[in-house]
Amino acid sequence: MLELRDVAKSFGGNRVLNGISLTVERGEMVCLIGASGSGKSTLLRCINLLEPIDDGAVFLDGQDISEPGLNPDPVRRRIGMVFQSYNLFPHMTAEENVMLAPRRVHGKTREALRPQVTELFTRFGLADRMQHYPDQLSGGQQQRVAIVRALAMRPEIMLFDEITSALDPELVGEVLDVLRQLRSEGMTMVLATHEMKFAAELADKICFLDAGRIAEQGPPSQIFEAPQKARTRAFLSRVL
Amino acid sequence: MRRRSNIIAGVSTTLVVLAIVTLVPLAPGWAAVKKSFFNAEVFAQTFPRLVQAFLWDIAIFLWSVPLITVIALAIALARDTKNPALFPLKLFGILYTDIFRGIPVILVVYLIGFGIPGLGLPRPWNSPYIWGTVALVLTYSAYVAEIFRSGIESIHDSQRAAAASLGLSQSDTMRFVVLPQAIRRVVPANMNMLIALQKDVALLSFIGPVEVLRQAGVFKSLLANFTPYVGAALIFLSVTIPATRYADYLIARQRRERS
Repeated sequence: MLELRDVAKSFGGNRVLNGISLTVERGEMVCLIGASGSGKSTLLRCINLLEPIDDGAVFLDGQDISEPGLNPDPVRRRIGMVFQSYNLFPHMTAEENVMLAPRRVHGKTREALRPQVTELFTRFGLADRMQHYPDQLSGGQQQRVAIVRALAMRPEIMLFDEITSALDPELVGEVLDVLRQLRSEGMTMVLATHEMKFAAELADKICFLDAGRIAEQGPPSQIFEAPQKARTRAFLSRVL
Repeated sequence: MRRRSNIIAGVSTTLVVLAIVTLVPLAPGWAAVKKSFFNAEVFAQTFPRLVQAFLWDIAIFLWSVPLITVIALAIALARDTKNPALFPLKLFGILYTDIFRGIPVILVVYLIGFGIPGLGLPRPWNSPYIWGTVALVLTYSAYVAEIFRSGIESIHDSQRAAAASLGLSQSDTMRFVVLPQAIRRVVPANMNMLIALQKDVALLSFIGPVEVLRQAGVFKSLLANFTPYVGAALIFLSVTIPATRYADYLIARQRRERS
């Protein structure tokens, strides 16, 4: 469903992605692991066209979405993204945050959206938080609202950029539970994460990024229990 | 501790006021100054008419503000555009703000207020009220545009990224995500511009409108006394001091919210 071919990206003279090739099948959950600065976030931003790539190509259902001059908006509607720092709109209630894009992009009214949106909030335990503003919510609640906001566009694939890294430890669990739930519903997901246990438990595939390259990829059992590369072993020994 | 510092503040203020009240009348010219600047009789005679004339200042202010808001926002958006095809618009925005922030307000008032009616336009299009307003609006739009632009640029890129990732168009992102936050953030700065504008309406007195400063000038010539100017100053203060305090309150509240 998603395919990256030799994707390269530089910022100034700094080569952040150095020929990344990766495929994600429908319903799969792929976890990107690696040290800070290894290119995980940039890779996700390139998939969502927030950053133009310098070389290579990104295909979504066979369509080259990295073509220069392509209108990015319709592509982004098919790809949901959640950020490390939540990035909720602080001047809107949780419900307005979630409704804005469906209202503007799909031209639906608040009334038409309300049943679906209420259902989403309820599903993720936020039914009593719909009228709250972001600064009235805990970090974990804000991040769950951000996930609901992305889901309201009914994306085909979801990208998660270290979404638990900014959370207090006791709030990480509630956000990971949301991911578990999405996984069980069959959502296609790509995560950049430092939650190794979580990745080992749920991912179909782990990609270890090192200096802008995929140093090693495979099922969690291989990466975590029998890593082939010395670099992978060195990284895992530091984080596990 | 708090009480002690209040007492010190009270005592020192009283001493300073006493010194002014006793020392200033000892100056050799005080009697003459008192007679020509602080003449109670003249004050009572002219003050009601001055207040009436000040209604013009308020009216000019009130119809200028919406025009300034709209033009300033348009200029700010033009300067902020990243679309290369719209570069001429951006260039226009840059030139506009450079020019109108670079010329003294009074000069713009003279040039437009005398220059355009000089074209021989028919009534009412030769009115100094109209062209005076245009001069103020053009000048203040340049300053307010820069304030709006600073607000727009203060909104973190992550907000635009979040909006883009939802598939919102750039114009929707600006309209629903960036601008509402940006405008709120610069309310205190714009309050200060409004206070300055209220005072600068008096500059129109030089091209004709009989607003409060012009009216005071008329009384001065008529009565050979400067007290009407003091009256006009008091009228301005009665508006600008509360407005300044309110702006300070807004700034303080914003600082509290952000910390």
